[in-house]
Amino acid sequence: MINTGDTAWILISTALVILMTPALAFFYGGMVRKKNILSTLMLSLAILAMISVQWVLYGYTLSFGPDRGGLIGGLDWLGLIGVGQDPNAGYAATIPHLAFMMFQMAFAIITPALITGAFVERINFPGFLMFILLWSTFIYAPVCHWVWGIGGWLRAMGALDFAGGTVVHITAGVSALAVAMVVGKRKGYKKVPMEPSNIPFTVLGAFLLWFGWFGFNGGSALTSGGLATSAFVVTNTAAASAALTWMLVSWIHKRPSVLGLSTGAVVGLVAITPASGFVSPLSALAIGCIAALISYYAILIRMRTNLDDSLDVFACHGMGGITGALCTGLFAEKAINSAGANGWFFGNPGQFYIQLITVLVVAIFSFLVSFVLAKIIDAVFSLRARSEEEEVGLDISQHVETAYSA
Amino acid sequence: MALKKIEAIIRTEKLEEVRIALEEKGIIGMTVTEVKGRGSQKGILLEWRAGEYRVEFLPKLKLELVVDQTDAEKVIEAIETAAQTGKTGDGKIFISAVEDVVRVRTGERGKAAL
Repeated sequence: MINTGDTAWILISTALVILMTPALAFFYGGMVRKKNILSTLMLSLAILAMISVQWVLYGYTLSFGPDRGGLIGGLDWLGLIGVGQDPNAGYAATIPHLAFMMFQMAFAIITPALITGAFVERINFPGFLMFILLWSTFIYAPVCHWVWGIGGWLRAMGALDFAGGTVVHITAGVSALAVAMVVGKRKGYKKVPMEPSNIPFTVLGAFLLWFGWFGFNGGSALTSGGLATSAFVVTNTAAASAALTWMLVSWIHKRPSVLGLSTGAVVGLVAITPASGFVSPLSALAIGCIAALISYYAILIRMRTNLDDSLDVFACHGMGGITGALCTGLFAEKAINSAGANGWFFGNPGQFYIQLITVLVVAIFSFLVSFVLAKIIDAVFSLRARSEEEEVGLDISQHVETAYSA
Repeated sequence: MALKKIEAIIRTEKLEEVRIALEEKGIIGMTVTEVKGRGSQKGILLEWRAGEYRVEFLPKLKLELVVDQTDAEKVIEAIETAAQTGKTGDGKIFISAVEDVVRVRTGERGKAAL
């Protein structure tokens, strides 16, 4: 039966999560060069439009439709036929099925948008659109079904992923690594300076992400009671802990950087995502701190390599998601969520192994399929802008627009 | 008639001190342009998310004034004193001869047009 409080909270949460994609657009847009800022915004915003349509047509049913062999959803709900105002008791018994579908749509949108940070400033727009459409079909839909779909095999194995550490951040972060390899580094990478166009945009984007994340994690309770509140509290706590940790580490290095604090906040939010419905505020403090340290050094290590994952999607989302998923296997408590499980620190080491297997399976699957998809699309449509298009900037060459006059 | 053009590259934060120093010497007119440049110290490192990134050109201001030759030395001295911190990056002053000046409003030429 529909509960109006639950429904209100899920609709609000959905709007909050939808806001995160434009927030991400600005988070990324601020860090690229002036000539590519519109292009970078466009990548996220085109995904917002395209996946909204894809999800209604077939994305939702592939992800959450009646199970086929634990691997994928059936096509029973193509075009949302049969997805109506009555609840689907299996997913969320107290809100309209349409509300659950819409909440999940917001996740399906932001996940591929996260990947865009890996190939900004050089991507060929048509190839990009094709890649994202196939990525959402062949990676997001199956992994989402495995972990969250009723009958999904990882869900059946007992994997815990409250709000998408695995489904969202590991898939996106690891795929980013694969696509960055296929697309190759930007012209002049490490030879010419690449000055960020607008750090305040990045900071604004980061803190709008923080705001939207209350819907991301709090809404994942799918009800509006104690569990949503608990997720809300640990979300803020982990973000704060990671932001503070990152600020201190950058201070030890030289100065407390605003960009560092903002990046730290996002990494903390990533890491708490899978754990947010299962852990206490004190565990959230630890998870934020651990994740910040791991991702900070992951960026430094990546910068020493020749791999141009331009906005460190792997270091922030891939490593953040892995840290979060594994920490869920350490810090989860049935006292917080009776529908969850205890982690290693609460007497159940088995949960850690379940998390570890889930991480490995999803990471390997995402990497391999992304790599193959990217290679095929690169061969057919080209994933890379032509050399002179990249030089003049993608704003003018792909979109015939400029962000700033003069 | 001998006119000099004085081009001074200064630190952005020194503009008002230089303007006041010149005004005290009776020099009012000038053109200020935002420029980027580098000296022998090259660029600087700024904080990135982790680690740093290099900026090769630093923001500076360029002042341009055309004055009578007899005023040139006091202008140079005023700029030098007001813009100096003693640290790398204080800038440079370039002096060159100017053939003529035209006041657009009246068509006056030379010193009268300054």
